Formats: sequence, structure tokens, C-alpha cells
Amino acid sequence: MVNIKINGIEYSVEEGTTILEACRQNGIRIPTLCWLKDINAIGACRICVVEMSGARSLTAACVYPLSKFDEGKNILTHSPAVLESRKMTLQLLLSNHNMDCLACARSGNCELQALCKELGVDDSSYFEGAKNEFDIDTSSKHMYRDDNKCINCRRCVAACEKYQGIGVIGANERGFKTEISCAFGMDLANTACVSCGQCITACPTGALSEKDDTDKVWEALADPEKVVVVQTAPAVRASLGRLSVIR
Amino acid sequence: MMTVAELDAIKAKLHSQMMLRKGSEAGEDTYRKHVLVCGGTGCTSSGSMGIINKLNEELKKNGIENEVKVIKTGCFGLCALGPIMIVYPEGSFYSMVKEENIPEIVSEHLVKGNVVERLLYSETVTDSGIKSLNETNFYKKQHRVALRNCGVISPENIEEYIALDGYQALAKVLTQMTPEDVIQTILDSGLRGRGGGGFPTGKKWQLARNLVKDADQKYVCCNADEGDPGAFMDRSVLEGDPHVVIEAMAIAGYAIGATQGYIYVRAEYPIAVERLRIAIGQAREYGLLGDNILGTGFKFDLDLRLGAGAFVCGEETALMTSIEGNRGEPRPRPPFPAESGLFQKPTILNNVETYANVPQIILNGADWFASMGTEKSKGTKVFALGGKIHNTGLVEIPMGTTLREVIYEIGGGIPNGKEFKAAQTGGPSGGCIPAEHLDIPIDYDNLISIGSMMGSGGLIVMDENNCMVDIAKFFLEFTVDESCGKCTPCRIGTKRLYEMLEKITSGNATLEDLDKMEKLCYYIKNNSLCGLGQTAPNPVLSTLRYFKDEYLAHVVDKKCPAGVCQDLLTYKIVADKCKGCTACARKCPVGAISGTVKEPHSIDTTKCIKCGACMATCKFGAIVKE
Ligand SMILES: Cc1cc2nc3c(=O)[nH]c(=O)nc-3n(C[C@H](O)[C@H](O)[C@H](O)COP(=O)(O)O)c2cc1C
Ligand code: SF4
Ligand code: SF4
Ligand code: SF4
Ligand code: SF4
Ligand code: FES
Ligand code: FES
Repeated sequence: MVNIKINGIEYSVEEGTTILEACRQNGIRIPTLCWLKDINAIGACRICVVEMSGARSLTAACVYPLSKFDEGKNILTHSPAVLESRKMTLQLLLSNHNMDCLACARSGNCELQALCKELGVDDSSYFEGAKNEFDIDTSSKHMYRDDNKCINCRRCVAACEKYQGIGVIGANERGFKTEISCAFGMDLANTACVSCGQCITACPTGALSEKDDTDKVWEALADPEKVVVVQTAPAVRASLGRLSVIR
Repeated sequence: MMTVAELDAIKAKLHSQMMLRKGSEAGEDTYRKHVLVCGGTGCTSSGSMGIINKLNEELKKNGIENEVKVIKTGCFGLCALGPIMIVYPEGSFYSMVKEENIPEIVSEHLVKGNVVERLLYSETVTDSGIKSLNETNFYKKQHRVALRNCGVISPENIEEYIALDGYQALAKVLTQMTPEDVIQTILDSGLRGRGGGGFPTGKKWQLARNLVKDADQKYVCCNADEGDPGAFMDRSVLEGDPHVVIEAMAIAGYAIGATQGYIYVRAEYPIAVERLRIAIGQAREYGLLGDNILGTGFKFDLDLRLGAGAFVCGEETALMTSIEGNRGEPRPRPPFPAESGLFQKPTILNNVETYANVPQIILNGADWFASMGTEKSKGTKVFALGGKIHNTGLVEIPMGTTLREVIYEIGGGIPNGKEFKAAQTGGPSGGCIPAEHLDIPIDYDNLISIGSMMGSGGLIVMDENNCMVDIAKFFLEFTVDESCGKCTPCRIGTKRLYEMLEKITSGNATLEDLDKMEKLCYYIKNNSLCGLGQTAPNPVLSTLRYFKDEYLAHVVDKKCPAGVCQDLLTYKIVADKCKGCTACARKCPVGAISGTVKEPHSIDTTKCIKCGACMATCKFGAIVKE
């Protein structure tokens, strides 16, 4: 066991527990974006940073395993420095984001949007500058990928590789131009993608979304010549079933 | 398999040959003279291979090919004066040698013994005769430990390395020392990592030995990625003395209990890669790598891994991820490599120059090494001198030497009588040091305390014509390009920081922008995942600290005091000086200059594209930019 303090209060956790887990176990909420239980602990988004006594810089809570070297340390989860950093991380993400919330499939159910509200991002254009302009991949039958809304959390990459064992998506290019897409920039339709939709359920934003055929249904319903029959697809139900497991 | 006695026999056999290169006269059964020609990257590109061919041809023509031996070495450090050639035992140092000089050097010097003074490095020629290289300003204050064999031996001949005590340190640790003794010696020596961070090497080895008790495998890695712009210290060691790294890695393997090592070297270093390949092959052939080394039962082998030249792959976890065959991206620490590194096994990673010190420490003792340097930084450091300085090249100085000594004595000062403005150390992770700190002794802690860092050893000198905002922008552009894109602060933050600098140099920034920029710098430092992002803002922060007035000039007065930032310059004709010759008006590509013959002309600044053609054309110095 390791004895630590979180916001000045003493706790005792098992060695190897991450700061994030230690906090959750004790009812302290730390926001996350790139972290996904069991499959994605890469420390990429930096939204979960905390202040730890003795550390030179802030620490990403989701990837820091507490060990005997941390005995007695105090962890601040909501200090002014932490809150300011989290806000700036969001502002940076927004500076390279297509903020088209009104017409976005995920509006109201978007983790990025919710965090901006929670952390009081009142100036979404605090940082000005160039934005990437990516083509939307509409090639596959069941979904589209709009990297202009992607925050590079790589949860989809982990889901495809680790839940599904397919591994057709990953990071391409580097630096500011980094894009999550298929190898050699191939269209998703031309890869071994099995259309399982796991990546969509893993995505915190509107970058990935199932294709919406509502209009076609309305059209068919309005067609007096057509008899319309309804059938639910089990695969979709199964995928949505996972949703509650993941979150 | 070779025994220690056989190792000693090779050393003895070559002794008199090698003494020739220390200035003693030739023995009976040896060559009369050795001609060492630099085969480093610098001299190779200035034509040293042609020199070697021509030499061999001329030696044959004069029938002295059995009296004079030509040896291709690694870098001497004075690359700007290449190709370099040195004749022993007299030690005559020829610089900027051309193929057409060779017949004369052979017939006059090598046959008749008359040194061709006209072709010598001018610093070695004085009124009172010819000085040895070690007495020149460039070499006098240097102290060669890591570079000890560079420019002295043939890097492609293991026996020459053995002749100068090579593999004796390995023999010593295997036969007389326990792994704990080795680690204690390195700890006592005070050696710290030369790759930038300055972590105590002995401590790192100790952790890797003890942290995981029951590891079935451990690894020893060497970082030869050297990605800093302008740095070539590690390349020179590998090109000039590859065996020293191999020997040191075997010693490290013995110390931590590893049997396998990897050298991660960038593919853009073809000469270094080739010499490493040859060296590893020879070491295996001589039984100095492989099973049962020197009959002691110790087993250790090495492989090369070539990097594609991404700067971030020099970061330790990215380097290991890359060796594992994945996209070279850093991963969070802990776990640290000493606990879980390459293939999740306990691993140590050291820099090339760090390793180059190890055999000497084992042979001469920790006290010898600790006697050089400052209280907390022992030994020497190699720097690549560049920028506005007379002697560009590679220098190795004891820690604690002042920047002033390096720049004005070893480096020969600033050319064209210009004034020193700043020295940049630490590359894209470091900072700019102003004149007020010229007398600070160079060591890890001092450099950090003045807002820079040792880095891997790039040292770029800047004069009054350099704009410090522009310099910060140069380094930021590099990090923006080299960011791996994994974490938000670095992927997007450095890009935004670069854009803010652009706003300043184009005259569009306000004072609020300066504050915002400083805030962003601290945010990136505090929040980035790896060292690349954590240090990326340093060039901006250090110039803000020491050259705030230059930033203010750009922001408030919309002027670039050094005359570098194009957007803030205007070209003007000084009426008093203009003779109305019309030359400038005819040169201007956009017709921005008007005026009648023999009357002062003027420039329409709304049309001027600031190409500078007029200024270069005017014979009367009537055109100025300000
Ligand atoms: C972005 C980045 C680039 C680096 N590049 C190099 C490099 O090219 N060579 C090197 O030896 N160390 C480099 N380092 C430092 C290494 O991560 C590591 O600390 C070093 O190789 C350890 O060896 P040392 O203790 O002998 O210095 C780099 C670090 C960072 C963060
Ligand atoms: S992804 Fe989220 S933040 Fe972005 S547009 Fe859609 S709802 Fe808005
Ligand atoms: S739909 Fe399934 S297989 Fe296709 S990319 Fe997404 S996770 Fe991978
Ligand atoms: S597409 Fe979604 S899940 Fe994938 S990296 Fe982008 S934001 Fe994350
Ligand atoms: S700091 Fe930069 S280089 Fe390092 S992990 Fe983050 S994005 Fe990659
Ligand atoms: S949630 Fe911890 S870094 Fe993204
Ligand atoms: S390469 Fe020849 S002196 Fe450096």
C-alpha cells in the first residue's frame, strides 16, 4: 500500500494504482479525454493533469502509477495551475477544431463540448491560427470520419486494435499535421475494416459517426408505391450495448 | 577466442608504429612516416578520398610506398579547413589540401624531408618556426578524453585501437572487478550523461542492475541519433573511434548484467554506420564480442538499428519504441527504462560521448576523471562550434572552461570585427546566453541557472547582426516540424507559439500578445508528455529574459534593431549621397524607384518588395534599410 494525500486528505491505495484510479476510488473526479479503461492509457491529451508535490511539471493522472517512491506526496486535483492548464488544453484543441456544434451529430453528447462547459471555456477563439483542413472520409457504407473534429485521442485506434483485433487505423504524418486515418491515407472502404462500429462508440467527439439514413426512410415512407418493412439489426444493438460498458 | 595475453601481444607488436604518431622516430621494422588523412564526413565531402588515392599513386611513382604509410582517420575537429592531412613523426599539419598539391608534398616533404610550409595550417607557421598542432590556439586549451583517438588511429583497424590501450578496460573489468566495483567506479568518477540531461551514469547503471531482481534479459543501448541542428559530436566519435563505444557498451553489459546491446544510429550518417559495421565485425572476429569474451565466460553482443532521422527518436522511450519496430513516439514515464525499457526489459540508454569516457575512467581511475571539471560536472565536454566564429569545428574542453575562453581563445573570436551578442547552447531545447554571462564556467548546473542547458553540445555564436526574435523563431520552427504529434501541448501549442512569433516579426503583435506568449510557453513546458515539448519553449523564454528590448522594439516601435525581419524594414535613399546615376532604378524588379538623372532618387515603399537589389547595386552607399 502507498499512503498519499489528495487535496490534503490522506488516502491509502494499492501500489501500482494510477492517480486517476486512486481519485475515482475515492469519489474525486478528474476529467479525461484520451484515456479509455483497459485499452487506452497513453497520456496524450493532457486534460487529466494534476499537481504533485516534488514534481517539476504537472503529471498526467491517467498514466502515473503510484509507487513507494510517492509515499507521503500530496496531489492537487483542482489547484489554480491545474484548472488553468486544463482550460488551455481545451482552448488549444478548439483552435484546431471545426466548431460546428449546431450541425454536429454528437452535439449534446460530445465529451469535448461537455468539458468545455464544465471547465468554463468562455473564449473558444483564445488562440488564433491555422487549422488543418482534412478531407472527410465518406468511403465506407456505415460511417464517416471527419478529422476536422478529431482531437487525436486515439481511442478509436485502440478500440479497433484491441477490442476488435482489426487495427486498420492509426496516426499518420507528425506534429501539427498528425491525422488519424488508415495506412498510406487509404480510404476506410478499401481496408480490412469489418464495419463493426467500435471506433464510433469509442470516439469522444463527432469525428466518427454512423451514416444517417433517416432521410431515405422518410423518402420511402412518403412513396405511395412502396411497402416499407422495418427490421432492427442485431449488430448495431450489440455495439450500442458495449457503449455502457465503455463509458 | 582471444586471451588477455594475446591482446597484450597485439598492443606490444604495434607499439613502435603508434609511437611514431606521438612524435618519436621510427623503429627499424616500421614505416618511416605515417600520413594521416581525415576521413570524417566534413573532409570526405571536401575531397579527402581523392587525396588518399592521389597520395598512394604518388608514393608508388616515387618508389616509397613501403616507407610511407597512408592512414584514413576520423575527424580532427577543424572541418572548415578540410581536407586535413598530418605527417608523422614531425606532425606537419596541412590544411585545405588539394589533389594538385600532392605531387609536391610527396616529392618535397615525404621524399626529401622539406616541409611545404606554404601549404601548412597557417596557425602552425610562426616567425620562429613551425609549431605543433597542440600549441595552436585552437588545440591548446582543449583536453581530449572522448576524442582521444579521433584523428589518431584508423577507425577501420581494430589493432590500432588495441595498440592505444583499446579493450584493456574491458579486460580489466572482466578479470579484476565485480559488476558492483564497475558501477562504484563510474559513480565515483562523477560522470554524467552527455546526451543532454546530465543524469549520473553510475546511478543509471545501478538502478538497472538492482531495480528488477529476476529479469531474464536486460539491454544496453547507445543513443547515436544526434538530431540537434548543427551538432556532430557523436558522429565524429563514431567515425573516428567506433571501438570505444563497443568496448564501453560491453563494460556496461557486464555491470548491469545484460548480454545484448543495440546502437541506434541515424541512417543519415553513412560513414559512421559503415565504420560501426566494420568495427562490430572485427570485434566479433577477435572474440571481443560474442560468447566467452577473453576466456572469462562473459557473453555480450551488439546490433545496429538505423533511425530514419526524426529528432524525437533521440528521446529515450521513443528510441526504444522505434527499435521495437513501432512509430517512434514517446511513452509516459514511469516506468523508467531501468525498470521496463526495451521490450519491457530493464534497459540502460547512454549517449555516444558518455560511453566514450568509460574505458578511460576504468583504466585511469575515478579520481583521475573527477580531478577534471567543476564540483558537480566532472570531466570534459565536446562542443560543435558554429555560427559567427572564426574557428568552426569540434572542440573538447574541461568542464568549467568559460564561454569567453571557448569563443575568444579556442574559437578565435567573432569575424569581421563584429560584436558578440549571444551564444546558443542546447539546440532547440536550450537557450541564448548574453554577453553578461561570458565568464560563467560551463557546466550542467550553471547553464541551467542562466536559462539554457548543456544539451548534447551544439554551441552557436551570434553577433550584432542576428535578431534574437528571429533566432527563437528558427528553433521553434524546428520543434514544430519535429513534434511527434502525440500530445496536445506540443502538437498544437508549439504551432501556436510559432505563429505568435511570426506575428511579432511581421509587426502585428501587441503587448498583450507578449504576455499571452509567455503564458503559453510555461503551459507547454509544464504539460507536455516528453522532453521535446517540455523544453521547446526555452529558446523563446531565454531570449525574452535577456533580450526583452528587442521584442519590445518589434512590438511597440515595429522595428527590427538587427535589420533581419523583412516585414519591419524599409529601404530608403539618402538624398545627400545619391548621385542620380539611375543604376538602382534600372535594377528594381517592380519599378519602385523613380527620379531624374543626376537628381536624388526615391523609393516608393508601397511598391517596394524589399528584395535588396537596389542596395546591392548602389556604388555610393546611398541606400539604407532601417
Ligand atoms: C527530443 C529529445 C531528443 C533527444 N535526442 C538525443 C540524441 O540525439 N542523442 C542523445 O544521446 N540523447 C538525446 N536525448 C536524450 C535522451 O533521451 C537520453 O536522455 C540520453 O540519450 C541518455 O543518455 P546519457 O545519460 O548518456 O546522456 C534526447 C531527448 C529528447 C527529449
Ligand atoms: S465534435 Fe463536439 S465540440 Fe466538435 S462540433 Fe461536434 S459537438 Fe461540437
Ligand atoms: S468499424 Fe470496426 S474494424 Fe472498422 S475501423 Fe472501426 S473499429 Fe476498426
Ligand atoms: S476519431 Fe475520435 S476516437 Fe479517433 S482519435 Fe479522433 S477524436 Fe479520438
Ligand atoms: S511533447 Fe511533442 S514530441 Fe513529445 S510526445 Fe508530446 S507531441 Fe510528441
Ligand atoms: S486522459 Fe490522461 S492524458 Fe488524456
Ligand atoms: S571531418 Fe575532417 S577535420 Fe572534421
